[in-house]
Amino acid sequence: MPFSAHAAGILVRAAASAGDPPQLLPAREQMAFTLGFHIILVPFGVALTALMLIANYRGLRHNDEQALLLAQRWSKVAAVLLAVGAITGTVLSFELGLLWPGLMGRYGAAFGFPFAIEGIFFFLEAIFVSIYIYGWKRLPPWTHFWTGVPVVLASMGGTAAVIAANSWMNQPGGITMRGGRIVEVRPAEVFFNGAFWFETVHMMLASYIVAGFFVASVYAVGMLRGRRDHYHRQGFLIGFVVAAVVMPVQIYVGDVVARQVFQDEPAKFAAVELLPDTGRHVPETIGGVLIDGEVRYGLRIPDVASLLAGFSPSTKIRGLDAIPPSVRPDDSAVSVVHLAFDVMVGTAFALLALALWFALLWWRKREVPRNRWFLRCAAVSGIVAVVCLESGWVVTEVGRQPWTVVGMLLTRDAVTTQGNVWPFFAAALVIYFAVGTSAVLILRSLSRRWRADGDERDEGLDVPYGPVQPLTDTNAGEGGRA
Amino acid sequence: MSDTISVLLFLGVIAYALFGGADFGAGFWDLTAGGAARGSRPRKLIDVSIGPVWEANHTWLIYCLVMLWSAFPPAFTAITTTLYIPLGLAALGIVLRGAGFAFRKASMRTPEQRIYGVAFAASSVLTPYCFGSVAGAIASGRVPTGGAGDPLTSWNNPTSALGGVLAVAVCAYLAAVYLTVSAAQNHSPELEAYFRRRALLAGVVTGAVGLAGIFILQADSPRLFHDLSHRGLALLIISALCGLAGLALLRSERPVALRALATLAVATVVCGWGVAQYPYLLGTHLRIDEAAAPTPTLWVLTGVAVAAGALIAPSLALLYVLQNRGRLETRS
Repeated sequence: MPFSAHAAGILVRAAASAGDPPQLLPAREQMAFTLGFHIILVPFGVALTALMLIANYRGLRHNDEQALLLAQRWSKVAAVLLAVGAITGTVLSFELGLLWPGLMGRYGAAFGFPFAIEGIFFFLEAIFVSIYIYGWKRLPPWTHFWTGVPVVLASMGGTAAVIAANSWMNQPGGITMRGGRIVEVRPAEVFFNGAFWFETVHMMLASYIVAGFFVASVYAVGMLRGRRDHYHRQGFLIGFVVAAVVMPVQIYVGDVVARQVFQDEPAKFAAVELLPDTGRHVPETIGGVLIDGEVRYGLRIPDVASLLAGFSPSTKIRGLDAIPPSVRPDDSAVSVVHLAFDVMVGTAFALLALALWFALLWWRKREVPRNRWFLRCAAVSGIVAVVCLESGWVVTEVGRQPWTVVGMLLTRDAVTTQGNVWPFFAAALVIYFAVGTSAVLILRSLSRRWRADGDERDEGLDVPYGPVQPLTDTNAGEGGRA
Repeated sequence: MSDTISVLLFLGVIAYALFGGADFGAGFWDLTAGGAARGSRPRKLIDVSIGPVWEANHTWLIYCLVMLWSAFPPAFTAITTTLYIPLGLAALGIVLRGAGFAFRKASMRTPEQRIYGVAFAASSVLTPYCFGSVAGAIASGRVPTGGAGDPLTSWNNPTSALGGVLAVAVCAYLAAVYLTVSAAQNHSPELEAYFRRRALLAGVVTGAVGLAGIFILQADSPRLFHDLSHRGLALLIISALCGLAGLALLRSERPVALRALATLAVATVVCGWGVAQYPYLLGTHLRIDEAAAPTPTLWVLTGVAVAAGALIAPSLALLYVLQNRGRLETRS
């Protein structure tokens, strides 16, 4: 049964949430699942397209056919993933209305418009990906390169717009309420809310890390299987170097973000630090869970949480006891946030270590490392980066609970009271699994065909957004290339 | 200001009916094209014709949703809490459709292509039916202002059924007309005749459904019937004339201006609904200005709509030029 992995978590939370509206559990599970799925696709829209342009630039600059081949193939992978992202994104916009009418009805006037901005950016991105794929054989090389630039810019704009909506839910502002209705909206304050900049920068960098390591891991696997040609080395280097350069920056930014959360979202910070009681000299707890309001298990390093939050061991950190009991997150939610934070930081430092290892090996030999253990680690780095990304979003989203809009709307008041969400959720699960599996199979079949094709660049007849074969080819889709 | 936004929203509805409609209709003809061997040529033409823009068309749907929830939040939630079943089905249909189409193109083997093809085609019929029934529910006043209307009868009633069937028929007609023209452009007289026959058939069926609709509306939602037959009358007459002229052109085998006529026929019908509905957003109980968000939000949305037009139109034009341009011979 595909549900079994989920079942345990569902039972745990079902037990903890007696008295909530009946649709809250399936609605939250469905939103978590579909958002968690969609978020994996975002880095590829944002950063794989940038890697593709880097390869394109290198190819043109150094007259490197192999780099151009990489760029062309990555543009097709980006097109397939963009198509999947478009589908899952459409479902998300339906879900906002079907699952969370309380949110959209009350606050749609305030934070609905960033989605409209996102819509434009997405439309532009889809159009320019198509132009770029068509352009390989129809535009002069440098003109073609420049048609790729709007893809990268549009994907950044789209991501920023969606994050504007999300960060508004964390730090709502820019509205005046009277009698439960929004009477005034200040759009600039809504969009550029308190959490906008750090969430956006954090996510952009995460996108480059995920896409970079993911691309590198594909070619690392190839090199482990003995394909150590220029093509594989280039593919590995472009992905890995981008991710490795961004990684330390991200860790610095993450540290800044954590302090922002400490100041502006104390409830989330208390959950992150697994801190039941307000106090000074707060230890950093690694691992561990909250049971009956007490911290159990885990490793405690004295004073470090206070030191990190305020650069002094005597920094006072507000604990869960500072939150009114009626809106205090339950133990399981706090434990989830804390563990997710640990996983995020742990995987981030593991990836940083990998980047440093690469720097050391490169400094000694000036070539793509041959060390098999390094390549094995690089081969799993893409998956590790995705885990890091997902756990970061768990911290943001679960860390906001029980609120949907902090201080203004509880999740249980946002959820639909009509009908039964379970069948919708079940159908979404089945379809997403089918779409996910199909996407993986198709990417694999593309890669197999490319290996068979060797070094030649083709038209891109086989991907969404790409050109189609002319009508005269009656045996469409039966092997070979046009 | 709220009127401006409602016009912008309704332009999105019309655009979705036209572009999304043609797209759904292509799926309808894909579904009815027969077995893998017999249906391969019409299916190929469908791929060629809708491929490049298939999902850009559905951005119009997102545009409508976003406009509705930002500019008229109470109406949006009234609709979603009442019509969650057809909307949920439509959402799943869109996923299946998009995935089916995208992956049919990318997968190489015929059995796989067949599965993706069936998913694409079946959901192409389900989804417009759901949207049509949603429109029927809104127009006939079955969505209460506070939401949470009857989850079943709100969209299973004569007006909704009319909306659903009409939507499927209109989609099929639009697509058949576009495909006829596209076959002509691709110099395929055989396919041109194939789709011309289907366009004629779909045109006649759509007209018949429209005529039957007069009686259905008179019995089921007299208020809508009254407004349609008074304020919306001119538009309906234009639509009927365009439809008839289209049929005549199809018979005479001259595709000149055929596409424009079909487009106009559909646009005017949808427009007639909007005009009949004005100044109400839901039935005759929620006025546009009552449901509207504060003015700054409406200004931002207007700006977004203008920016969308200014940025997207030239990009689409560039893509269109590239699609019609041959390869550069100087490159390998």
